[in-house]
Amino acid sequence: MTTTLLAAAPATGQATTDPLPYLAAGWILLAGLHGLVTSRHAVHAIGCLTVVQSGTYVLLLAVGYRRGATAPYFTDIPPTTPVADPVAHALTLTDVVVGAAVSALLLALVLQTAKRHGTADPDALTGLKG
Amino acid sequence: MNRTARTTLFWCAALAIALCYGISCGHLPGFGGSFHPYADRAVPAALAHRTANAVASVNFDQRGFDTLGEEFILFTAVLGAAMVLRRARDEHTVSPRPGRVLPTVRLAGTVLLPVALVTGVYVIAHGQLTPGGGFQGGVALATGLHVAYLAADYRVLRNVRPRTVLDLADAMAAGAFAALGLAGLAWGSAYLENVLPWGVQGQIVSGGTVPLLNAAVGVEVGSALVVLLAAFLDQALEIETG
Amino acid sequence: MTPVGLLVDLTVLLVAAVATVAVRTHDPVRQAVVLSQLGLLLALLFTFLQAPDVALSQLAVGTVVTPLLIMLTVRKIRRQTGSATGGGRRGRGGNR
Repeated sequence: MTTTLLAAAPATGQATTDPLPYLAAGWILLAGLHGLVTSRHAVHAIGCLTVVQSGTYVLLLAVGYRRGATAPYFTDIPPTTPVADPVAHALTLTDVVVGAAVSALLLALVLQTAKRHGTADPDALTGLKG
Repeated sequence: MNRTARTTLFWCAALAIALCYGISCGHLPGFGGSFHPYADRAVPAALAHRTANAVASVNFDQRGFDTLGEEFILFTAVLGAAMVLRRARDEHTVSPRPGRVLPTVRLAGTVLLPVALVTGVYVIAHGQLTPGGGFQGGVALATGLHVAYLAADYRVLRNVRPRTVLDLADAMAAGAFAALGLAGLAWGSAYLENVLPWGVQGQIVSGGTVPLLNAAVGVEVGSALVVLLAAFLDQALEIETG
Repeated sequence: MTPVGLLVDLTVLLVAAVATVAVRTHDPVRQAVVLSQLGLLLALLFTFLQAPDVALSQLAVGTVVTPLLIMLTVRKIRRQTGSATGGGRRGRGGNR
């Protein structure tokens, strides 16, 4: 499966040659959502949320991948070398760190809720009390 | 909503998502193909500013304003978590008992701690050249610091991470990013414009403002994560209710 | 299919499988361990997809920081709510 790098392929509308990474990203998203919906423990739900997030990382990087290309660092390669998409990498990179911070905020909220209400089961939290 | 209704709703939604997503996948450019319009524009733009690391160029030069926003999401998320986890009025702190640490672990920790910290600083400083930068280096710094907890105990860790100083560093670094953007406004034509001389590609002083923004992000991410972990560790080890 | 393509496909399948296991693991402490393995696999996949910088931050965040925060939260919750279902005493902080 060799693709000539300079062939200007009309990409939109054509069937993907290897749809596996895209489908896997969708699978990870749906699996994570399923866990989120059926979760009985708030911390488990946050774990599922990080799984959902990793689905987006896989999709973004799969879109940015170029077969036979190298990583986008031009320290010791000529400027014309085909590289993977740095825009997708930049998006994913900030996503990873910000995602962790947001999970941490959610965990902190769960921790305090569990402390005040004595349970971490979302279904057992019937109402808010002071 | 009861569980059955919720699960039924999920399966309906999942079916719809799967259908739409599957159709969209068919219209995506082929995996690993040669159609990369963004890369074809971002890479020449990075090279024009003599930034060898195209990812750093995208993050801190081409879409610096976007990164500023993400920076502040990180800042407020950590601030919020630290606020939520602060000691309440009906709680008191207990001193965790020091645990026994194997001499070999202690030795490994003593050797690893400076190595981890130097690696973090290196990754931040070379962010415009090699894979890495403020985000990764900051995370490496923060996790590296916690080797002190593994090698010694919690009180040692508390001494090597002055929380007030790090709180301040966190805020100052987030402010520094915004202030560097103002420099672009003052000497250039747009906020966060790359106004410094671009230097020679491949050297450590290259990419204009990219290394400076990298350093700001590195300090911010590093101190933010340490503050975050400190808030959680305090809750898990020190704070007792009643 | 090229060897690299095969490697990418294999890792993608593995990531999807471990993600499913992570969702199906209902005990949060066990889930944290699976999430940490997922983080490691994702870092590997990102390296194969020519994104070493993303792999670097995923390695630190996904393998260490998030599972650690989950463990600390669970430990606190278990100690607070007093449900001695085990798991809460695991980890290094447990015997301090």
